[in-house]
Amino acid sequence: MPVNTSAVGKQYPPVTYAVGREKVKEYASAVGETNPLHLDPAAARAAGYDDVVAPPMFAVVYQSQAVMPGIFDPEVGINFAMMVHSGQDFRWERVVVAGEELTTRAKVASIEEKGGMGFYDFEVVTQDAGGATVCTGIWKMIVRGV
Amino acid sequence: MAADYETGAELPELKVTPDRFLTVRYAGASGDFNPIHIDEEFAKSVGLPGRILHGLWSMAQVARAQTEAAGGPEKLKALSVQFRGMGVLEQEVVVTSTVKAVEDGTATVAAEARQGETRIVRNAVAQIALD
Repeated sequence: MPVNTSAVGKQYPPVTYAVGREKVKEYASAVGETNPLHLDPAAARAAGYDDVVAPPMFAVVYQSQAVMPGIFDPEVGINFAMMVHSGQDFRWERVVVAGEELTTRAKVASIEEKGGMGFYDFEVVTQDAGGATVCTGIWKMIVRGV
Repeated sequence: MAADYETGAELPELKVTPDRFLTVRYAGASGDFNPIHIDEEFAKSVGLPGRILHGLWSMAQVARAQTEAAGGPEKLKALSVQFRGMGVLEQEVVVTSTVKAVEDGTATVAAEARQGETRIVRNAVAQIALD
């Protein structure tokens, strides 16, 4: 059965995320970060930042809430039981610091079928309070047996 | 502090062994509570050997290898990866990285994360801003 590509280009509502100091520290600890920029506000300030610096991969935390509605959208039609997260791209324009409020928008970038598998790519763009892009993610899902 | 970025150079390896509660902490930190990562019985019921690592945690180890080698989080400008083999708890993860090109103040680094013979993150490509 061919994949349904009608949802390509579909956009989902923006999601705002307030970056919190303790959340950054919790995430940094869970991924094994030892750099005090992520854990110690005084060290971050001494380095010129307003507060602790989120590790780059903290993008997972502020972007995932925006991409989930697309992954579960019936119009996209992903069979969640057969889905694997096959790949991930991030591009960072700058680091994010605790105290910032970010806005993230997700859209369906492409849907393709190859060899009986469906390939679903979501483009997710996060902007700061001034509207400047801070991070772009491509979330890549494969669904077996489409 | 930063490693020497010359084409062909091997960057420092990162080694980390996820303890048996790592996926529980990462689930809370990331918001990904898929039971294949935190519920042993569920994971086995869907044909897995047991709870498996979050792919994005493994990607974070690749990212950490880059920021530690480069001397800070602001140096990592881009990272793309593929997830294939399953990562498991209580087995050492080793991240290896090789400089592929240096051009216009940016280093392109190829990396992967493996547990034993299993590559859990493959074809990783990082862009590193050089001073």
